[in-house]
Amino acid sequence: MTTTLGAYDDVLDRYAPVLGLETHVELGTATKLFCGCSTAFGAPPNTQVCPTCLGLPGSLPVTNEAAIEFTVKIGLALHCEIATWCRFARKNYFYPDMPKDYQVSQYDEPLCTDGYLDVVVGGEAFRVEIERVHLEEDTGKSLHVGGATGRIHGATHSLVDYNRAGIPLVEIVTRPVQGTGHKAAEVARAYVTELRDVLRDLGVSDVRMEQGSLRCDVNLSLMPAGATQLGTRTETKNVNSLRSVERAVRHEVERQGARLDAGERVVQETRHFHEDSGTTSPGRSKEEAQDYRYFPEPDLVPLAPARELVEGLRATLPEPPSVRRAAFAEVNGFTAIDLEQMVNAGVLDLVGETIAAGASPTKSKGWWLGYLVGRANELDVEVSELAITVAQVARISELEDSGELTNKLARQVADAVIAGEGDVDAVIESHGWKVAGEDELIVAVDAALAAQPDIAAKIRDGNQGAVGPIVGAVMKATGGAADATRARELILERAS
Amino acid sequence: MTPELTRLTAVETAAKIAAREVTAVEVAQAHLDRIAEVNGTLNAFLHIDTDGALTQAKRVDAGEVEGPLAGVPLALKDVIVTRNVPTTAGSKILEGWIPPYDATIVERMRDAGIVVLGKTNMDEFAMGSSTEHSAYGAAHNPWDLERTPGGSGGGSSAAVAGFLAPLGIGTDTGGSIRQPAAVTGTVGTKPTYGGVSRYGLIAFSSSLDQAGPCARTVLDAALLHAVIAGHDPRDSTSIDADVPPVVDAARDGDVSGMRVGVVKEFAGEGYQDGVTVRFEEAVATLAGLGADVVEVSCPHFDYALAAYYLIAPSEASSNLARYDAMRYGLRVGDDGDASAEEVMAATRAAGFGAEVKRRIMLGTYALSAGYYDAYYGQAQKVRTLITRDFENAFTTVDVLVSPTTPTTAFKLGERVDDPLAMYLADLCTIPSNLYGGPAMSVPCGLSDDGLPVGFQVMAPVLADDRLYRVGAALERATGSDRLLEQVTNL
Repeated sequence: MTTTLGAYDDVLDRYAPVLGLETHVELGTATKLFCGCSTAFGAPPNTQVCPTCLGLPGSLPVTNEAAIEFTVKIGLALHCEIATWCRFARKNYFYPDMPKDYQVSQYDEPLCTDGYLDVVVGGEAFRVEIERVHLEEDTGKSLHVGGATGRIHGATHSLVDYNRAGIPLVEIVTRPVQGTGHKAAEVARAYVTELRDVLRDLGVSDVRMEQGSLRCDVNLSLMPAGATQLGTRTETKNVNSLRSVERAVRHEVERQGARLDAGERVVQETRHFHEDSGTTSPGRSKEEAQDYRYFPEPDLVPLAPARELVEGLRATLPEPPSVRRAAFAEVNGFTAIDLEQMVNAGVLDLVGETIAAGASPTKSKGWWLGYLVGRANELDVEVSELAITVAQVARISELEDSGELTNKLARQVADAVIAGEGDVDAVIESHGWKVAGEDELIVAVDAALAAQPDIAAKIRDGNQGAVGPIVGAVMKATGGAADATRARELILERAS
Repeated sequence: MTPELTRLTAVETAAKIAAREVTAVEVAQAHLDRIAEVNGTLNAFLHIDTDGALTQAKRVDAGEVEGPLAGVPLALKDVIVTRNVPTTAGSKILEGWIPPYDATIVERMRDAGIVVLGKTNMDEFAMGSSTEHSAYGAAHNPWDLERTPGGSGGGSSAAVAGFLAPLGIGTDTGGSIRQPAAVTGTVGTKPTYGGVSRYGLIAFSSSLDQAGPCARTVLDAALLHAVIAGHDPRDSTSIDADVPPVVDAARDGDVSGMRVGVVKEFAGEGYQDGVTVRFEEAVATLAGLGADVVEVSCPHFDYALAAYYLIAPSEASSNLARYDAMRYGLRVGDDGDASAEEVMAATRAAGFGAEVKRRIMLGTYALSAGYYDAYYGQAQKVRTLITRDFENAFTTVDVLVSPTTPTTAFKLGERVDDPLAMYLADLCTIPSNLYGGPAMSVPCGLSDDGLPVGFQVMAPVLADDRLYRVGAALERATGSDRLLEQVTNL
């Protein structure tokens, strides 16, 4: 069955989008939430487990105080109220990767409530209200063997790794975000980006989306423009990159818009996001949702963070990312628009690191924003996952500055590095890429002028606009190795 | 080996070992021999840990551990997790599971030199009052083999009453230590909730479960209580406070000037005459020893049973979810084609008994969306009211007393098909679990049917010592520590 899609902007001309974002963050505590097992990523399966995180009969949880402190810090950084008294609750459902067949979470008594996070998109500020920040334990990880692409359907058997079971997980839930209009997808991405930076600055998580330490569920509904009654929402699960957050919103806007236009209703359901196609497909229907039978966790005493602790933590909060970024922009001479573009494209840190590696601020920004983001999109990966290091970008930029590479050649070098051909200098050497010398250039210019005598005549008549096609021909003839400025000078000189 | 060794109290046993009149190994062997002789009749033990017992006894004899109970054998309820020793909680679903760790109280008992003989029979997951819900067959009451030794901890009570061990460990969620003690003429204490670590106690109802001592004398129970009690950082609900002076209180036994409240609601219809008579005599005895006896009304105790049968099954429905065949224990239906969900369902259908399934269904229902407030939520309110009844009562009295159970030991088979009749066995014991305060059953003689009657003492939270003071006074006045000498049919 193919899904009919509307055009994003067209849909949003007629419907108002309502966003909701649920973000799960694995905390960077040394030990798990309810036992002393290590939380280190990447250990061999089932080597970081004990009776408690395996849910063995008779075992009991004891709350990790560092996890409480981290959660309070997150709440404070998001301008939340911190509960004076709250409880953990059990969320009951059967699943093989959940050792106790219930998850210790928080239900109607979260640790932090009623906060907000401000983001800027296209120069416009949006306040995203935070409904709650709560603490829960992560589940184990199932690996389905024998089927296609690790999915449970068609698998011959499944393996479970409980190393992740019990790692502290903070869930940050927004209130419905309205009024974003056409910027819905960008606001969603900007929110997750901003949240990631806040969390990283707090030092509470390594916020690596590709390793799953930051995971996002995107809720979206549409209502007719001007309406007040919210439409039916879908929840797209495990959207695991910043780019995917934006794409998932775009896709759901387009899909739901087409349904509504066709007079169909949107089904309230969980949907899965597919990185390869940028589309979503239905998962479990929420309309036959499970009853989780929440009740207060009797194995744990209530949490009552002391006010002195909360105020003490408040005093340790780092300055917000916006302040840090403003200082960065100031030092490097970036404008507010530069900054917003870099932040929302997720390249601000990369630019900073490239500058630190020796490139100029303008070139660093130009490389990432002007070229590499586009390459990442073409290759369908996060820009941070491109197979090129900031040191390599800085080196290419340096060769460009010194005139050893033309801009065109420099981009070819970058592409070759990304394609895994080797380091910058090795790539240049193996391809024999170097800026064309004066003699070579003269030969090419003369040949181009001779090949197109009409244009050569126009140039002679003083029509400088006619130089372009000849420059193009020279570039082509030299395989991009010509310095375009010098070529232009030579063309004017040799045509007359 | 001297058969008389099994007739000694824990205090006497430890004294003989300490004085080198007998070795701990001889004591352990005497009990192992006794178990070999009569366990086939009583079905008190599900697993006998001969090697573990003798190894520990040798440590005592080598002087590696000492203490007031060093070398004393003990019968451990099979709901307490023991490293490398099978632990089933009386259920088929855990058959064959060998735990990789020890419960905190097991560690403490080992450090105290106590010799664990093996694991005792119980109603499956401690759900029952007769051991008839054990997946491994019922245990039998040494006083009358056709009768129940109580439940759920009937294996431990039968072992202690039948001289298979001088000490036992039980767990008490709604009366599972006290009711078996009452019907076997032994002493059993449910300590203050949080007084004894639950780490390694296989959960039935987390907010109610509490492990405690079983013994033939009040002082023996107090000594064991002192070994297992105290704060445990591995149990969040464990209370970080000094252990109440239970041993001193048991040695002292002076009740003069103590204010004793008789719970008005626990008398009358449904109470066997023989029970009522012995109970009233015991109250008179306490008055004679100088206690001020008054009648106290606890109006919400009448609702305790109903509240309990919502709270306990609700928690159980969640606590027992983990028995899903994925990690340990029984696995049924894993034919290579069945899904994980199908294997879970088949395993749970095959592995749980009828009573466990009944309670899982009750609890699942009570916690369901739309019913939570009416059932679980309402039951929690009743729990609060019962707690207030206790707190109000303890403004005017030091302890509350009642019969432990309305009747003496019932016959095996008599109530097994009538859950409500079975549940009534815990009518008087449940309030203390809901409140969290300590309570004890101490024998107060035999009913006219020749079976033991239990006298229940209930005290405020962390006043466990008061139980032992009253229990010791009664024991001395009635000679109930010699009651079990009448058990001669084994």
